[in-house]
Amino acid sequence: MWTTIEQIFPYAIMFTIPLLITALGGLFSERSGVVNIGLEGLMVMGSFIGALTISKLQTAWPQHMVGAIWIGLLVALAAGVLFSLLHAFASVHLSANQVISGTAINMIAGAITVFLSRNITGSGNIRLTNGFQSFDVPWLSDIPILGPLLFTKTYWTTWLILAVVLISAWVLKKTPFGLRLRACGEYPQAAEAAGVNVRRMRYIGVMISGAFASLGGAILLVTIAGEFTGTVAGLGFLSLAALIFGQWRPLGILAATLFFGFASTVANVSQVIPALQDIPPIILKLFPYVITLIALVIFSKSSQAPKAAGEVFDSGKR
Amino acid sequence: MRNLIISLCAVLFGLIGGGVLMAVTGHDPFEGYKFLFQGGLKNSQRLGDTLATGTPLIFTGLSVAFAFRTGLFNIGAAGQMLFGGFCATVIGLNVDTSRPLLLLMMIVAALLGGAVWAFIPGLLKARFNVHEVVSTIMMNWIAYWTIYYAVPAYLKAESVETESRLLPDKATLKSTFLSDMFGGSYINMGLYVAVIAVIIIAFIINKTTLGYELKAVGYNRHSAEYAGIKVNRSIITSMLISGALAGLGGMAQFAGNGANIQIGVLPTQGYDGIAVALLGANSPLGVLISALFFGLLYSGRGFMNAMTDIPPEIADSIIAIIIYFAATSVLMDRLITRIVNRRRAATGGAGTSGPVSGKENA
Repeated sequence: MWTTIEQIFPYAIMFTIPLLITALGGLFSERSGVVNIGLEGLMVMGSFIGALTISKLQTAWPQHMVGAIWIGLLVALAAGVLFSLLHAFASVHLSANQVISGTAINMIAGAITVFLSRNITGSGNIRLTNGFQSFDVPWLSDIPILGPLLFTKTYWTTWLILAVVLISAWVLKKTPFGLRLRACGEYPQAAEAAGVNVRRMRYIGVMISGAFASLGGAILLVTIAGEFTGTVAGLGFLSLAALIFGQWRPLGILAATLFFGFASTVANVSQVIPALQDIPPIILKLFPYVITLIALVIFSKSSQAPKAAGEVFDSGKR
Repeated sequence: MRNLIISLCAVLFGLIGGGVLMAVTGHDPFEGYKFLFQGGLKNSQRLGDTLATGTPLIFTGLSVAFAFRTGLFNIGAAGQMLFGGFCATVIGLNVDTSRPLLLLMMIVAALLGGAVWAFIPGLLKARFNVHEVVSTIMMNWIAYWTIYYAVPAYLKAESVETESRLLPDKATLKSTFLSDMFGGSYINMGLYVAVIAVIIIAFIINKTTLGYELKAVGYNRHSAEYAGIKVNRSIITSMLISGALAGLGGMAQFAGNGANIQIGVLPTQGYDGIAVALLGANSPLGVLISALFFGLLYSGRGFMNAMTDIPPEIADSIIAIIIYFAATSVLMDRLITRIVNRRRAATGGAGTSGPVSGKENA
């Protein structure tokens, strides 16, 4: 049993990270008052741009395999910011229905990435020959119990993203910027009266979500998938679920994504692990979605959702 | 009228956007569009294929549009379609009776399957005020994984792991009469059902008390409640009908255009239904026309891909761009208002500006 847990843990954490950063992006967007169901599409975009950049760079400079990956992640992040501007422009300046605009983002990403991929590489898939290699953290991995669970087979991106989560929690909670951003999602008219530029804050919120979700897609690519295939198989929507399940709080999201990460990993490996063979895999696969529905019902009375999320900002409304 | 202009503008921008994409990637857009439209219209067989490709889109478009009218955003047409199609397939593979009865049973199964799948988000919305967008997305993935495990377990094909057994011919909507008329196309009786559905839905929305109540809830939930309309019941009814339509779409896809159900895919027609509804301005006739237009893009792309080296995903890209412009219709609305006002001012309308439209998307 213990070896099973030891085996599962690193994979579960690896699987959690793309969800975590994407959901965190969604948090910034929704806290600023813009619902972003385009997370899925933004992840696809990140996965595509990342795969394209990395595969081109790795062929050009075979001696800098790892450096190429980091550059790929950065380029994916920048592309996510640019792509999310479409959503920001529609929802902030054009008063579009944010859900429809987000759906459009998903559809555009799914179609155009494969279209471009076929044009550039001749195939709808881009395979990476070299992804990130996992490593054991020196010293810490020797700690009994915790070492094998948390500090073996880890990736640099994991530690980076965990740092980003903590910083985000601090920024949202403690800084003037975070307070203003949250005010725009709760009561934008009051925020405006207090001198906050609501439109600009919402643009920033959506752009951060674009950056993070796209990075999430790229991390998924370099740690787990190893290949761009034109889809991220609903992980963007799962991140959205984690955002709700975590009740729009950074640490809540961390807990929710860990939970989903474990559920998915257990579902993926349940067939080869004797202790889990008796659980039908369908139950494990359905688990995150069903639990989110239940959470929605339980929290329906006391939901922490930003009050103005999804609403068009009308500065004359009181 | 204004809706029509906005939709046409969105289509125009979508086509221009697609043309730019083709040009940027080094293809000739005019040649691309020529083959794209030829591929969907060139002869009777291709025309039949276009109609057939559009058929499931009519259902999902109607589904989304109907829920929209009640102010609900049913983003779960894909899941409802999958589950409705699955229910129909279960009946088709396991029941052996005369063809009309069998098809009728399958249609009922598809209706019920889709309705059940939409009932849960409807109930959660009415009873607990859970936002239907999130719950229908969850239901989509629940459907995806349910089908993923249920099909191999109960309906597995002999050799292929990822799809169900083929339905016998009598358990599909195939019609030799229609196929012969359209030169061997895979057009099928799903189209009849779709047209009937369009007529029934148009009747419900425009001519019945039920439709009136649902629309009233969509316009203003609180005033509808004040007027004595049972809002919660309307929400559930609307979702049930919407889901049933999507379920029928599943049957049209899996037991009409195809003859079995595959696992590991959420049918794209679910999300395309949103585009169809939006472009058709949520009216049944508009849905019919825009679904057939999208069917044209989808069925013509194969021919275009064969004649040029433009990837077939251009059709999806065009549709995606259209939905973006339809979503940002406020932009065009403002533009139209400005033009109308300017024209009025120019023709000497003594300072009376037209009604300034503050149209917000519902």
